[in-house]
Amino acid sequence: MGDQAPAIELRGISKAFGPVQANKDISLSVAKGAIHGIIGENGAGKSTLMSILYGFYKADRGEILINGQETQIPDSQAAIAAGIGMVFQHFKLVENFTVLENVVLGAEEGALLRTTMSNARRHLTEIAEEYEMDVDPDAVIEEIGVGMQQRVEILKSLYREAEILILDEPTGVLTPAEADHLFRILRGLRDEGKTIILITHKLREIMDVTDTVSVMRRGEMTATVKTAETSPEALAELMVGRKVLLRVDKKPAQPGRTVLKVDNLKVVDDDKVERLKGISLEVRAGEILGIAGVSGNGQSELLRVLGGIERATGQVEINGQQIDLTGRHSDGRSRRERGIAHVPEDRQRAGLIMDFAAWENIVFGYQWDPAYNNGWLMDNAGIREETEGKMERFDVRPPHAHLEAKSFSGGNQQKLVLAREIERNPDLLLVGQPTRGVDIGAIEFIHQQIVDLRDAGKAILLVSVELDEIMGLSDRIAVMFDGKIMGERLPGETNEGELGLLMAGVTNGGSA
Amino acid sequence: MDTFSTLIQVLDSTLRLATPLLLACLAGLFSERSGIFDIGLEAKMLVSAFFSAAFAYTTGSVWIGLMAGVAASIVFAGIHGIASITFRGNQLISGVALNFLASGMTVLIAQSWFHQGGRTPSLMGGARFEGVELPFAIGPTEAAETGRPLNQLIAEAGPLQQLYSELISGHSVLVYIALLAVPATWWVLYRTRFGLRLRAVGENPAAVDTAGISVVGLRYSSMIIVGVLCGLAGAYLATGLQAGFVKDMTAGRGYIALAALIFAKWRPWHALGACLLFGLLQALALRTDVVEAFFPFKMPVQLLDSMPYILTVVILAGFVGKAIPPRAGGQPYVKER
Amino acid sequence: MDAMPKWADMLLVPLISLLLAMVISALVILGIGEDPWAALKLMVQGSFGSTYGWGYTLFYATNFIFTGLAFAVASHAAMFNIGSEGQATLGGLGVALVCLALPWPHWTVALVAAMAGGALFGAAWAFLPAWLAARRGSHIVITTIMFNFIGLAVLNYMLVNVMRPEGSMDPASAKFPDSTNLPSLHDILALVGIPFSKTAPANVAFLVALVACVLVWLLLWRTRFGFELRAFGKSESAAVYAGISPTKIIVVAMLISGGLSGLMAVNNVMGEAERLVLNSVEGAGFIGIAVALMGRNHPLGVLLAAILFGFLYQGGAELALWTSIPRELIVVIQGLVILFTGALDNMVRMPIERFFLWRRRNAQAGE
Repeated sequence: MGDQAPAIELRGISKAFGPVQANKDISLSVAKGAIHGIIGENGAGKSTLMSILYGFYKADRGEILINGQETQIPDSQAAIAAGIGMVFQHFKLVENFTVLENVVLGAEEGALLRTTMSNARRHLTEIAEEYEMDVDPDAVIEEIGVGMQQRVEILKSLYREAEILILDEPTGVLTPAEADHLFRILRGLRDEGKTIILITHKLREIMDVTDTVSVMRRGEMTATVKTAETSPEALAELMVGRKVLLRVDKKPAQPGRTVLKVDNLKVVDDDKVERLKGISLEVRAGEILGIAGVSGNGQSELLRVLGGIERATGQVEINGQQIDLTGRHSDGRSRRERGIAHVPEDRQRAGLIMDFAAWENIVFGYQWDPAYNNGWLMDNAGIREETEGKMERFDVRPPHAHLEAKSFSGGNQQKLVLAREIERNPDLLLVGQPTRGVDIGAIEFIHQQIVDLRDAGKAILLVSVELDEIMGLSDRIAVMFDGKIMGERLPGETNEGELGLLMAGVTNGGSA
Repeated sequence: MDTFSTLIQVLDSTLRLATPLLLACLAGLFSERSGIFDIGLEAKMLVSAFFSAAFAYTTGSVWIGLMAGVAASIVFAGIHGIASITFRGNQLISGVALNFLASGMTVLIAQSWFHQGGRTPSLMGGARFEGVELPFAIGPTEAAETGRPLNQLIAEAGPLQQLYSELISGHSVLVYIALLAVPATWWVLYRTRFGLRLRAVGENPAAVDTAGISVVGLRYSSMIIVGVLCGLAGAYLATGLQAGFVKDMTAGRGYIALAALIFAKWRPWHALGACLLFGLLQALALRTDVVEAFFPFKMPVQLLDSMPYILTVVILAGFVGKAIPPRAGGQPYVKER
Repeated sequence: MDAMPKWADMLLVPLISLLLAMVISALVILGIGEDPWAALKLMVQGSFGSTYGWGYTLFYATNFIFTGLAFAVASHAAMFNIGSEGQATLGGLGVALVCLALPWPHWTVALVAAMAGGALFGAAWAFLPAWLAARRGSHIVITTIMFNFIGLAVLNYMLVNVMRPEGSMDPASAKFPDSTNLPSLHDILALVGIPFSKTAPANVAFLVALVACVLVWLLLWRTRFGFELRAFGKSESAAVYAGISPTKIIVVAMLISGGLSGLMAVNNVMGEAERLVLNSVEGAGFIGIAVALMGRNHPLGVLLAAILFGFLYQGGAELALWTSIPRELIVVIQGLVILFTGALDNMVRMPIERFFLWRRRNAQAGE
């Protein structure tokens, strides 16, 4: 490489959204033919930076150089013209189009489709063969899996002759095996001379696949290092700005009676696909059962069934009593009446009403409770008063009950949900992705609350896609893959490698 | 009167009544395929009906009238575009507002210009679209040559000639344009780059945006097409089907067109079928004698009138196949990652 | 953090929108060769200058309060009920059937029964679209539009074939018996010694509308059901998480909405016409949308906006009477008001938001 101009060079990029400074004076240089990782916490400004590079936002200040040339990127078209391709976290594919149509969209040869399509088909097949990505050009997007959809996104960029490929959190939806496949493709692309930027918050991926890595924290670029010369611990410290407790401080569990007993639970979705294929498990008082797995393997459905949101067949007992899984009263309210509290995976779409004030949210889901109404009318004054206490005990900042949920940060929103659910003093707490999109400071607080509830003798079912979180919090770990439980392990007697294999559906006897 | 000629008459008026529905329905198809709901088809037809009649009357030329009508319709489509594309407003509310605006404005201007109680004077001669006589058809020319009444000539001809002369030939040019618009729409939608992008933007505007294509540009282009098609529909009402503008003369056709669009599940050829069906229902509502000949009981005309609406509700209820609208329909596009 | 203070959102934005609509209306009046200032004076004089004017203004406002509340309640449940027109039409049928069914002993009894009839028929007409939306996922906008037309056909059939008195050529019901005639505002205010126009149609239904405002406010912001309804309207997925049944909310909210629309008939059919005619609703259902939009879906806002639209209606009628400006001018103004307050809301809002952001930044810089 040496004297060659870098593929990308950013100089002094700054971007503010209203009062929030998302990127502060960022400079970065990525050599041609390298895989460069950008790592940072949620909200560190990684995605904003890449959106500027792809013409989605315009930087307030700073310049962009592509192959040593200063380049203006006012829109995506300019980015494509500059040889930049981007694979977004949420794919930008037209669901009812074929693979070929999606690839061609925006890169047609002329006003008529006939010749475009036949040429594109040939060209696409060539590229796919060259980089060993087998796709059927005539498959409809909504009928193929996420791994395949991601390959279509990559092919879209290659079809447009991108020399620089940006991937934003590409492995979030992939199994470890699919992720490995992706990394093989990326290495192949690098070897062909393409430059790749990988945005992620997973340290393992950075160590596995990148040549160099940059760390972002609170809108600033804190370091750029060679991957071979650093360690996960060092990167973590750079990300957070202080030493991080990767382990949660907790005493050994003292499991008591069985609180939750699930037997042969099955869910079939609207498209007749079986999402849960006979789940059986138990959670006892005073323990945390962690469910590990790549997202989309049935964990969400499990939580939703137990939380009363989705219907299922099979048997679920709480405190030795059967609960109704299909009847007219199988809903969130009936679960709450049975002592099940639920911190949902998606607090913005489920856990909170973003336009409601904090005090309205603090009774949300429990509005039927006689403590909050006299049968018809709500006791708004009483609720407001109670809210202030809860906000104080759960350290919600700012502690103003009249503020709408959307005006709190992610961590404080999550604390509002936890305050509501934990202070109900439930027998069983269902928790999904408790720290997704939450800043590090709040993570430690939230973990502590969950452990405290366990120590108070309550049963906790934890679902998380973050293996570190599962390892740190759980007293027992069950791994889910394809709607089934692949096995149970004790955190002290397993490691990430073994869990990773289970998450990919590989048991000792071979692939499931 | 024999059954055959009655049938031809009913089908003939079916075609004429289906024409404005078809043009408006295809307009709605372009709009909704690009992700913009439009319950203001009615408004655009109405302004076009008025301006085409007003200009046709003033200039004596139906073609100048047609252009004025289309232009007015495009202006209204543009306002809908500004509200729903540029300012990301509620598309339904914009449609409701424009329907009011058109309904009031046309009468207001008509009164101010012509002082005839909110209508235009009757159109005559070159200010109206005359029927086009297709080759070999028996039409007014032949009647004039032989000096015999037209219906007599037709009655004497063979059944095929009757069918051809009465049903196929003799319509205004806009009827043929509407029929040709069906394959043209299909071709644009499925065989051109513009169509590919249009279908994409109605399904997932983010995909279009990240592919480097302007979502706003595509949607405004579709608004212009909507304006042109609704303009043709309105002009046909005032200068083809009838001879002049009267208050609220669209009489809910914009909504029937919307119903037909759902009935057709947003597909061009099916739109033709749906509009012909709804046109037939309208034609039958005008010929209750025919209906009574078919049904042993007395069929209330109100039931016939509301058949398109009832059928649409049945379709929407999903009892006859599911009607899945374009996925991004009604949602303003906000750039986000 | 909100970009602008609440008062700006609740008052400033709608007022500026209204102003823009008025300016364009003035240009329209100029365009047809009339004097907008004189027109405005005439409108104000005609609608507020006498108790006769007030009587008409409040009569129209009563219609709009009912349909505005109807739209607002459905809106809070994220249902775009564009079917007020049809629901009010059917409400008229219900009121008429009640009024003609029995020899009512006194207007109070008749009023209560007619209210029940109107609300029941209106709610019934909203039920099927609601049920289809909840259970079959049908688009509520399209189904309610379709039901407007079907409702009109039903009324047409009933008037022509069933309710038309023998020998009459008019598609209208018989006149209601005198015992069902409602006291006008003249009669009511006379009790407390306030003189009021005897001929104006405003009647006791206005008071019913005021009570409806209070009840809707209580329902939405004080009751448990209102809490659940608003929660569902803001986020369906969250409502399901909380164990709130979408079907129940959609159906009940639409029944309430349809019932409110149907109640309107107490004013226009029972209070004024005293018989049922075709097209008695006269677009009030659609105006309800504008009223609710201007009133920010709040009962107090709906009340004020309804009076504003009552003024437009009565003022427009006066204009048509005394000048050569046709009555349709008010339809144009309505259209403009809906366009600016509803569809072009962001056009007005964005500059104002920017102004407040700029002011805040300046204030911070000054600290």
